[in-house]
This record gives sequence, C-alpha cells and structure tokens, in this order.
Amino acid sequence: MTTLAAATTDTATMLRRRLRHLIRYPSLTISLIGLPVVFLLLFVYVFGGTLGAGLGGGSGGRAEYTDYLLPGILLFTICAAAQGTAISIAMDLNSGIIARFRTMAIARSSVLTGHVLGSTAQTLLGEVVVLGVAVAVGARPTAGPSDWLVAAGLVLLVTLALTWLSVALGLASKSVESASNAPQLLILLPFLSSGFVPTDSLPGWMSWFAEHQPFTPVIEALRHLLYGGPLGSDLAVAVGWCLAAGLLAWAWARTLYARRPVR
Amino acid sequence: MTLSTPTGPAIEVVGLTKAYGDQVVLDGLDLTVPRGTVSALLGPNGAGKTTTVQILSTLLPPDGGLVRVLGHDLLGEPDAVRAGIGVTGQFSAVDDLLTGAENLTLMGDLHHLSRGERSRRTTELVEQLDLADVVGRPASTLSGGTRRRLDLAMTLIGRPRLIFLDEPTTGLDPRSRRVVWGIVRELVASGVTVFLTTQYLEEADQLADRVAVLDGGRLVAEGTPAELKRRVAGGSIRLRFADATALDTAAPVFPGSVRDDRELTLSVPGDGRVSSLRGVLDRLELAAVGVADLSVHTPDLDDVFLALTGQREQEGTLR
Repeated sequence: MTTLAAATTDTATMLRRRLRHLIRYPSLTISLIGLPVVFLLLFVYVFGGTLGAGLGGGSGGRAEYTDYLLPGILLFTICAAAQGTAISIAMDLNSGIIARFRTMAIARSSVLTGHVLGSTAQTLLGEVVVLGVAVAVGARPTAGPSDWLVAAGLVLLVTLALTWLSVALGLASKSVESASNAPQLLILLPFLSSGFVPTDSLPGWMSWFAEHQPFTPVIEALRHLLYGGPLGSDLAVAVGWCLAAGLLAWAWARTLYARRPVR
Repeated sequence: MTLSTPTGPAIEVVGLTKAYGDQVVLDGLDLTVPRGTVSALLGPNGAGKTTTVQILSTLLPPDGGLVRVLGHDLLGEPDAVRAGIGVTGQFSAVDDLLTGAENLTLMGDLHHLSRGERSRRTTELVEQLDLADVVGRPASTLSGGTRRRLDLAMTLIGRPRLIFLDEPTTGLDPRSRRVVWGIVRELVASGVTVFLTTQYLEEADQLADRVAVLDGGRLVAEGTPAELKRRVAGGSIRLRFADATALDTAAPVFPGSVRDDRELTLSVPGDGRVSSLRGVLDRLELAAVGVADLSVHTPDLDDVFLALTGQREQEGTLR
C-alpha cells in the first residue's frame, strides 16, 4: 500500500470512529446545536423587536432583525461546535487511546484529520438545523443558487479553520475540563462583531475592535451573499483570515501532537 | 552487525538516559531482551519503568543512548519498530464509546487486515481471551479485568512479535491477575517476546525468564529469578522490635541488615541454619535488646528487591 493510500485508509477508519462516537453520544451534539438554536430564539423573540427597530431599515422590527441575525448565528453555531471538538480530543488524550494509536504503524496525520472531518460533519449538521429554525421563525434569505454555494463554501472554510484551532486547544489542555473552557473566547467573539448589532452602535474602542476582528468580514460576506448587496472586499478578507488562522492552527496542532506523546 | 538479523535480541538498550528538567528518570540504562523470552522490569513506583516502556514503544524520545527494537533503530526507523510491537499500558486504552467488537474492528482496520482476516482474528481472540459475552457491550461498562483482556486482544490483533505490558495486572483482583498470567504464558509459547514491567515480585517470579531490577533510573541487578535469589544467599532473618529505641540499639549490631522504620523490623542476611540463627540471638543478647518477633525467610524475590533497593534508600540515594 502506498503511503497516501495508507493515510487515506487510516483517516477513513478514524473518521468512522468519530462518527460512531457522535451517534453513541448524541447528547453532546444535541447540546452543541441546541445552544445556537436557543440564542436564535432568544434574540429573535426577546430582543428582536427592539433591536430591529434600531436597525433603521424599511420594515423594522422583529422580521428585519431575524434576517440581520442569521449570518451571526450561523457563525456562532460553528464556534459552539468547536468547543465539542476540543472536548472530544481531550477525552481521547486522557483515555490513553491516542497513546495507543501513537505506538501503531498508522499514518500520523489520520488521528487528527479524522477528528476534524467528523467534527466538520457535526458542525455542518448544526448549520442545517439552525438555518431551518431561522427560516421557520421568519428569516428569508434572497440568495440565488450560486450565492448559496459560495456561502456554503465560506461556512465550510470557517468550520475547518475553527475546528483545527479547537483541536490544537484540546491538545494543549491538561484536562477535559480545561479543554471545554479553552474555546469559550470563540463563543464570545461573535458578540463583539457585526453579528448581533451594527458595529457603529458600539462605544468607540469596542466599535474599532468589532470592525477589525476576523469574524466581522466573515459575517458581512455571508450577509451580502445571503441577502444581496455589495460584497466589496469582505469575502476576500474573510477567506484570507480563514486560511491564515486555519494553517496556523493546523501547524500548531501537528506540533502539539508530535510533542505531546503521553497521556 | 548481527543486531538486525532475526535472531538478534528483541530489545537492545545501551546507556539510555532520560530526564524531565532536573529530574533524572533513566540514568544510563543497559538492557538486552532475547527473542522469545519473557523479561520483567521490576522496580518500585517512580523507578522509571513506565518511562522505559514509553521510550521503547516510540512514545517518548530518549535523551541519549542507543536503542534497537526488533533489529530496528528506534529513532531512525520508528515505523518499522511500531509495525512489530504491541503495547498494553498501565491504564486500559480502549475506546469507551465503542463496543468490544467495534474496538477490535477499529484495531483490525488500523492494521490494514482484510475483512476476512479481521473477523478470523477477532473470533480467535474472543475465544482465547474469553470475551464472548462482552463483544456487544460498550467498553465503558466493562469491569477492570475485562477491560484489560479487551485491551490485550486489541494489542494482539495485529500479531505483534514483541509485546510491552506495562504493569499488566495492577489494579486487578487475584483471579483476573491469574487469567492475564495464563494469557502471557500462551503468548510466549507461540514464540512472541514479552517485555513486562511490574511492581509485584510474584508476577516476575511466575512469568519471567529474566528479571531486571530497576531503581533510581539504573539497573541494580539482572538475571533469572533463580540467579537473583542466589544473590541473597540464604535469605534473611527478620527481627521485629517493640519500639523504635530497641530498633535503634539493634541496627548497628547488624551491619548490612535492612531496616524498616515503619514496620520496626530489621532483615539480617543469613540462612535458616541453626548456627547462624544462634549467632544472631547471641549478638542480640550481648547488646541487651529484646525482640518482639523473629521469623526466618527463605529467599524469594522480595529479599532481592529489598536488599537491592532498600540499601540505596538507607544511603539516601533513592529519590
């Protein structure tokens, strides 16, 4: 078997293992997807009427806010799922099974890649659920097929970048508990962006941060793809952030995996 | 070089060193494990047993020294080493969310076994390790002994030529321990080399062709269990005292004895013959020390262990 074929086989084995985990342990998936759904409902029905009025658009109110919220809540879903990845990596490390894998003649990359692919599938499932609920409560994206395709590609890219980052965070954690805490900042970041309120409504320094942090171009690009409007440089900046963060996280995770051999 | 021929030793270690920061764990370890044998690495907690296994099984990089496993250089050809070894660690590394059968399938797939070979091996191992009633259950629900058997089956599915067992029976009840011993004996009968670590002397005595005693990161003795027992010729006479004062008085009277402050005992090297017994009693009388209890020990590995590791403790060299 060639090296590449062996790596592919091993990665497929690891992916099957990870998917089986998701089926065996559905409560984690449900709680990871449940959190963004609850936030979606909370923001639409509790805050949506008031926040929508503040947007200053044509129709105003809850319906307009639901559409405004959709890109941000999609990104929030990715961040929430990333926490699950860090937890499952830390659980593997603590159970000793990763130590076992490391003593076997298998493709080294397959353990982490299997995790990332499985978590990506989990996250995309979450995106479909959240999108479905958002449409059910009144979101009405106007995108055509090609825009949907680009939006899906961007969501996939963000997911891969954040999943690799959470794999690295999980590997860097000493325990399952700290692994579940590490990605909390990721969950906060969408709130300090253009996801929930326009950045110019924030106080000065916070507005500057929200305008320049990586999630804002991602959200803006998604917003323009789903609802039309000038894309500008947002898509390019978003893709750039994803590639940079994703590659750094990938390299970090690989280094940690190579260096952290024992439980 | 004869090292890489199939008849060379399964493990060859020369001058192996490992430290974590300031703490020296292995301090120039030399070790040879012939093929087809069971070798036991014996030592107290913290002696460096697990670190040794982790290095030999490619989990940890050594700081220095030469290591060849199954004829392959550990650092130069780690994947060739991994292809021939199986490792069952101190804590069972099974996938808790999978069933017993799924765990075995996972290992079979990672060894790139064909579907037919995989199910044949699974059937064999389920039979051999008595796992029939656990294959359908999630691993998280299994008891300690059953988990260890499943862990062993996962190690064996790829037919390793060299198996590392790091404290394979620690935490098991006596019955499960005997089951594991039986499995190890069967393995060796089939030509596999076994390298095990243990803190149980009985285990080394029962299983091992050769025993190496590790203490403070170095080998302090090596040989067959019989050879090691001969090193403490005649065993010991154990004296127990009523209090620490009596022990303090008696200890200088018997140079070379091993003292245990907690048990208030003194192990005096010597055989069980009446003459040597009388000698001990005479000296006690001369020193005017009363003895609470006296027992004669024929040599076992416990004596070797205490004699070799305990004296270092007295000298204050044991960490």
